[in-house]
Amino acid sequence: MNFRKSMLTVALTSSVAFTAQAGEVEVLHWWTSGGEAAAVSVLKSMVEKEGHTWKDFAVAGGGGENTMTVLRARAVSGNPPSSAQIKGLEIHEWADLGFLSSLNDVAEAEGWKDFLPEMVSNIMQFDGEFVAVPVNVHRVNWMWANPAAFEKAGVELPTSLDELWAAADKLKAAGIIPIAHGGQAWQDATTFESIALSLGGPEFFVKAFVEHDPAALQSDTMIEAFEQFRKVRDYLDPGFPGREWNIATSMVIRGDAAMQFMGDWAKGEFSAANMQPGTDYLCLPFPGTDDMFTFNIDSLAMFKQRSAENVAAQNTMARLVLSPEFQETFNMNKGSIPVRLDQDMSGFDACAQASMDTFKSTSASGEGLVPSMAHGMSTTSAVQGAIYDVTTTFFNSSMTAQEATRQLASAIRAAQ
Amino acid sequence: MSESKTADLTSVAMTPRRNSRMGDTLAYWMPKLVLSPTLIIVLVFFYGFILWTGYLSFTNSRMLPSYDLVGWANYVRLFNNERWFVSLRNLAVYSVLFIVICLAIGLSLAILLDQKIRAEGALRTIYLYPMALSFIVTGTVWKWMLNPQVGIEQFVRGLGWETFRFDWLVDPNFSIYTIVVAAVWQSSGFVMALFLAGLRGVDDSIIKAAQIDGASRFMIYTRIIIPSLRPVFFSAFVMLAHIAIKSFDLALALTGGGPGVSSDLPAIFMYQMSFTRNQMGLGAASAMIMLLTVVAILVPYLYSELRTKKHEH
Repeated sequence: MNFRKSMLTVALTSSVAFTAQAGEVEVLHWWTSGGEAAAVSVLKSMVEKEGHTWKDFAVAGGGGENTMTVLRARAVSGNPPSSAQIKGLEIHEWADLGFLSSLNDVAEAEGWKDFLPEMVSNIMQFDGEFVAVPVNVHRVNWMWANPAAFEKAGVELPTSLDELWAAADKLKAAGIIPIAHGGQAWQDATTFESIALSLGGPEFFVKAFVEHDPAALQSDTMIEAFEQFRKVRDYLDPGFPGREWNIATSMVIRGDAAMQFMGDWAKGEFSAANMQPGTDYLCLPFPGTDDMFTFNIDSLAMFKQRSAENVAAQNTMARLVLSPEFQETFNMNKGSIPVRLDQDMSGFDACAQASMDTFKSTSASGEGLVPSMAHGMSTTSAVQGAIYDVTTTFFNSSMTAQEATRQLASAIRAAQ
Repeated sequence: MSESKTADLTSVAMTPRRNSRMGDTLAYWMPKLVLSPTLIIVLVFFYGFILWTGYLSFTNSRMLPSYDLVGWANYVRLFNNERWFVSLRNLAVYSVLFIVICLAIGLSLAILLDQKIRAEGALRTIYLYPMALSFIVTGTVWKWMLNPQVGIEQFVRGLGWETFRFDWLVDPNFSIYTIVVAAVWQSSGFVMALFLAGLRGVDDSIIKAAQIDGASRFMIYTRIIIPSLRPVFFSAFVMLAHIAIKSFDLALALTGGGPGVSSDLPAIFMYQMSFTRNQMGLGAASAMIMLLTVVAILVPYLYSELRTKKHEH
């Protein structure tokens, strides 16, 4: 018995001694596609250069639903990874349960608040403590257009919703699919939120999708947003249900379709097809949302660690993620823009530069920078899911816009 | 007499008498020992977790399980949820069609195969093959075949019938039927095998007697063979019913619950609420309703089965 006990002690101490040599960061992420994987390996080598070990916990497949289940199980059993790709309000849900560790020391030493927009640092903080580090900023309200298709139909690029429908009619008459769309709940919601933003402006958007004000949810603007959303249906090809977003992008690349409403991760598909922004494809704000910016921020939430060494490694990684070098490499690969307002943008392409300009101007004025509902930035996953259900059901049925707003309000209330 | 026999059999050992007693004890405990891990696993992982889920359905669990009771609130929310009703309606349509069509096709195939035809083994294997695929594969293959732009519709149009339409997959009013089609394709071979086994078990002498009495082949089937297959009907029904209720992977791979939520099923609803939308309480409530549906089917079945057995013996 005694012998066994001492063996146990030896085993325990030796494992402690082992971790004492160098901290380890285990990172749960789903950046696995070509460019993203390359970007993450940069972070890995940066962390290793600082003397820590990197343990990859990568999960293929984008959504990561099953991974979240694994993460929950590990967090509950007291053995979470150092860091996981969690975003938006879900960071606060985790922090509220007491799983996340504070990064305030790093944040103060590095002056995060000086170069992060307030809107962004608010999401990364819980009770005044930084618990997550932002990696990049995606703009969601983009319209990707194939200029050759527009030329063929002889129409100008639309800058308002009315122009959009007029252009779509002409494109359809010219035998081009006006809008490339994938009928999945999140893609429906992405289009819907852009339309709502275009119609109601940022103030309405925040009232409806952040504050869930019942008056805004059942307002005439919301009814109008649903009606305009229904119009999209007229300009799709019959094969849209269930289509993946990148297949829809490839329709624009081939010129079968004229435009797609999608966040700037779509740029990776165009780059992979060797197309140049400005000539082969165009990135334009969604019609009527020129000076507005719907953001979707990827972030790494930091879990409480048991050993001081791992905490040190965790802090090192947090510092490196916001370093200008990593921000540049990662975002050039990912199609997004750096989250630092003081980043040198000279190496980025025209689309990213335009995105950064709007990001800076909207975060400086405080107007027009709104969190994306469709990408989990504006509300909890429960409410987001409720909105998904209503928008996607509306889009795929003959429900009236009035009925949709009523269901939207009641579904949000039920999910809160 | 019997004791000496055992002693003879085990005479290789040292003292026959003691050994036989040990053997008896061992024989008594062995099955219990062998079965106990399974029993514990079943108790904990089936009934334990059913109870736990039941408890969670009365709590305000969201991302992680919590133990603050909120009464029937989750059930109220569940039955105020439009999407839950869509999924229940879909389950009703899907399971009725799936079970009826599977039984019909399975029985007809079995009867046709039972006509002492050539190459029966090969045909039987062909009909059974879909069963070897996982529902994910079935769903993906049928998704391609039913896709109006690459599948059957495009193929028939390519043959020259330009106005041919078969776009159930993308039509919210018909998408649930595509799941029925794929599920029937997958499972009817299995039902056929069940019926075939049943048909082989029917006593030949009864059929011969009926033939001597001048019964037609049709009458032999409808009056003698099919009624005697009653237990097979029951087992096939129970198996199909629970395949239908737990259907998840097929629908997810084939339609993803879409277009919209038009082909949503309770299992998909439960999964999404519990694991992606941080509404574990609501998910647990929907799981309990699914369990009650299964129980509502199983209990009358078990009751009738057990009762008839008691009468027979």
